[in-house]
Amino acid sequence: MSGLPTVTPAAAPRLRLERVTKRYGAVVANDGVALTVQPGEIHSILGENGAGKSTLVKIIYGAVRPDAGVIEWNGRPVQIRSPHEARHLGVAMVFQHFSLFDTLTVAENVWLGLSRRVPLRAVVDGIRAKAAEYGLELEPDRAVHTLSVGERQRVEIVRALLAEPQLLILDEPTSVLTPQAVERLFVTLRQLAATGCSILYISHKLDEIRALCHQCTVLRGGRVTGTCDPTQETTASLSRLMIGAEPPRLVRRESERGALALRVRDLSLPRLDRFDVPLERVSLDVHAGEIVGIAGVSGNGQQELLAALSGEDPRAEDGAVRIFDQPIGRLHSAARRRLGLHFIPEERLGRGAVPSLSLASNLLLTRRESLRRFGWIDRGALRTQTSGIIERFNVKSGGPGAAARSLSGGNLQKYIVGREIDAVPKVLIVAQPTWGVDVGAAAQIRGELLALRDAGCAVLVVSEELDELFAMTDRLHVISKGRLSPSIATEAATVELVGEWMSGLWGEEAAGATAAAPGRAAGAPPAPGEAP
Amino acid sequence: MNQLALLVAATLSAGTPLALAGLGLLLNERAGVLNLGSEGIMLVAAVAGFGTALLTGNEWAAFAAGALAGAALSAVFGWLVIWLNTNQYATGLAISLFGSGFSAFVGIDLVGKQLVETPAPSVPLLRDLPFLGEALFKQHPMVYLVMTLAGAAAWFLYRTRAGLVLRAVGESPASAHALGYPVRRIRLAAVLAGGALCGVAGAYLSVVYTPLWVEGMVAGRGWIALALTVFATWRPARLLLGAYLFGGVTMLQLFLQAQGVQVAPQFMTMLPYVATVVVLVLISSNPLWIRLNMPASLGKPFFPGA
Repeated sequence: MSGLPTVTPAAAPRLRLERVTKRYGAVVANDGVALTVQPGEIHSILGENGAGKSTLVKIIYGAVRPDAGVIEWNGRPVQIRSPHEARHLGVAMVFQHFSLFDTLTVAENVWLGLSRRVPLRAVVDGIRAKAAEYGLELEPDRAVHTLSVGERQRVEIVRALLAEPQLLILDEPTSVLTPQAVERLFVTLRQLAATGCSILYISHKLDEIRALCHQCTVLRGGRVTGTCDPTQETTASLSRLMIGAEPPRLVRRESERGALALRVRDLSLPRLDRFDVPLERVSLDVHAGEIVGIAGVSGNGQQELLAALSGEDPRAEDGAVRIFDQPIGRLHSAARRRLGLHFIPEERLGRGAVPSLSLASNLLLTRRESLRRFGWIDRGALRTQTSGIIERFNVKSGGPGAAARSLSGGNLQKYIVGREIDAVPKVLIVAQPTWGVDVGAAAQIRGELLALRDAGCAVLVVSEELDELFAMTDRLHVISKGRLSPSIATEAATVELVGEWMSGLWGEEAAGATAAAPGRAAGAPPAPGEAP
Repeated sequence: MNQLALLVAATLSAGTPLALAGLGLLLNERAGVLNLGSEGIMLVAAVAGFGTALLTGNEWAAFAAGALAGAALSAVFGWLVIWLNTNQYATGLAISLFGSGFSAFVGIDLVGKQLVETPAPSVPLLRDLPFLGEALFKQHPMVYLVMTLAGAAAWFLYRTRAGLVLRAVGESPASAHALGYPVRRIRLAAVLAGGALCGVAGAYLSVVYTPLWVEGMVAGRGWIALALTVFATWRPARLLLGAYLFGGVTMLQLFLQAQGVQVAPQFMTMLPYVATVVVLVLISSNPLWIRLNMPASLGKPFFPGA
C-alpha cells in the first residue's frame, strides 16, 4: 500500500458507485457494478474488450444513463445527466479516440473545452502555464491536424487539466504512445494525483496498471470480479481476474526461411491530401516461411504503406513492389490476390467485411471457388465453403447466413483471418490482427498466423501492440513519419530500442545496410540486423 | 461608360439575393446541415413578402414576413433532419418541391398585382459622383446591408466563441457533444438563421428586384446559392464575391441581348447555370481546397448518446 495517499476514514470517497446496472436489449453491459475512488487515488478499471469498461465510464461521464444504481460524488448522491453536468461536478475525460477538431488550433480546441467564458488570449496563457507546470511541450497556435498522435493526447490532457478537475478519466491512453511517451505520461499522472486529483485509468495492459495504479477494479462480462492493489498482484493473478484463466502461451518453432516472396524497394508516395503521411523510400523483404513485423505509433504511414501493398492505392512504381520478382506496384487488389497476395485490413467492419451482408456473401468478396459460368453463384457450394471456414477456425456465429455485423469482434476477426488463410496465400499482409479482440481469440489468431508461416507463407504484420510483435515475428521494422527503419531480428530487439526507433531515431549506417541489399535480392540476403 | 456603370449597378442588385441566401446556407452548412430546400424556402418567402408588401406597403415589413416564412419552413426541415434524423438530401428536396407547389397555390391571387411605386433609393451626396454614383450609390439599402452582413458573418465565424462552437459542431458533432455542447439545438439555430436569410432573399426578389409575384419566380437562385457555398469554400467574403460574379453573368446576358448581339436568347439564359457547373468543376479539381474548408460532418446525421 506504499503508493496510497493517506486518507482519513471520515473523508468521503471522491466517487462511489453502487449496484450500477445498464442493459442494451438482452445484453447486460454493467451488472450491479460497485466502484470506490478515493481523492488522490489512481484507480484502474481493468477488463477485456466488451467487459463493460466503456459503458461504465460513459455512465460516470454522463454520456449514458444507468438503468439502476447509485452514484455518490464526494459523499453526496448525484444524477449525472450529461457530459456538461459531469464537467460541472469536476469530472474531466481524455478520450481513446480523441475528441479534437482537426482544422482548429490547439488553443481553439482547448477553449471549446472550457465552460467558463474566458478570452482566447487567456486560454493561450493558461495552456503555456499548465504545459510548463507538467512539462508537456505544446504550441497553442498550431492547427491540430499538424500534430502527432502523442501531441494530440497532450492537447486533451492540458484541456482536461485547465478545467481543474477532481476526477480525471483516461480511456486506454497508452494505445497511441511510444514506450518512452508512456513513461512521461505516468510522471504527469503521478504529479497530478499528488495534488489530490483522483484518476480513473481504463486499460487492459497489466504491466501498466501494476506500474501506475494504487487500486484496481476488475470487470468481466459486466460484473466486478475483484478489487485489489495491483502492486501486490502478479501479472498472472490479474490476468486470472480479468479473463478467468492465465493468458495462453504461444508455441513457436524456428522459422525455415525460404525464397524471397515480397520485395519492396525505395517505395515513395506523395501524400494524397494534407492529412496523409507521405512514404519515403520504404524498403523491406519478406521471405516465405517468416513473419516480419512493422511496429510504430499509429498515423506514421502505416495506412499509406498498407494501401500501397494491398493494391488499394496503385500509384506505386511498378517495380517498387514485387512478389516473386513480378512487379505489381500498379496492379489493383484483385489482380494481386490472383497472384497470391492477400490482405487483412485493420477495420473488420466496412473494409474486411461488409457489415450487412452474410458471412457467405462476404466470402464471395475475396474468393471465387463457388462461382460458376457467367458469374452464377453456386449457393450450395458457397454454404459448404463458408461452413468449412466457420468450423475450422472455431467461429461462433449463427451460421453462413448470419450478417457480419452480428458477430462479436473476435469472432468476425477469426472469420476474416480464416477466410484469407483458407485461400492458401503465398503472401499475407495483416494489419492489427488482434485489435479489439478478446485474449482467447487473439491467441488463436496468432497461433493460426504462426501455423501459416510454418506452412511456408510469407507474412507481414503491421501492429501497434509491441507485445504481439515480439511474440509472433521473426524480424522487426519500425515505421516513423513515413520512413521505415532497417530490420532487426526479433530476438535481438528490446522495447527500449524499438521505442527509440519509433521516434525516428535509427542510425543511418544501419539504414545503409538495407539500401545495399537490392543487389543480392534474388537470393536470400541476411537480415540487416545480422549484416556485418 | 454609362452602360458599364449600369451593368455594375445591375450586378450588385442581382448578386444581393444570391449573397443573402448563400450566407444563410453557409451558416447552415458550417453547422453540418445541408439544406437543399433553399429554392422552396425562397419561393414561400417571396410570396409571403409580396403579400405583406401589398397589404402594408412597407417593404421592411415584407422582409420581416419573408424571414419569418423562411424560418418557419426551415424549422420543419430542421425538426425532421435534426431530431428525426431523416435523410438531409431527400428531406431538402421534399421541402423544395413543397415550397414551389405551396407558393404557387397561395400566390394565385397575387399574380399580376402591382406594388405601389417607391422612389428609387440612393445615397445622398455620393450618388452625384460621376460613374461611381451611378454604379454604386443608387442602390436599395439591402445591397449595402448584405455587404455588412458578409463581414459580420466572417467576424462571427472566426472571431467569436459562438462561431467557433458552430464550426466545431459542423466539424465533429460527436466531439462537440462529448464536450457538452447541445449539438442539436446549435444545429437548429443555424438552420433557422439560414432559413430566415433565404427568406429575406426571397422577399427581396419579389418586392424589390422584380417586383412582381410569378409562380416559380426564384428561378433556380436557391440552387445557385447552394452551389455558391461550395464555390466559396464556406467562407463569407468569397461567397459575396461569387454572388456578384453570378449576378454579373446574369446581367451580362441581358445587356448583350439589349445590345442586339446575335445569339439565341435561350443560350444566353443558360449562361448563369453553365457558369455554375463550370465553376464547381474547377473548384472540385483541387480536392485539398474543398477538404480543408468543408465542414467534415456536412450532410451526416448525428445521434447523441450513440
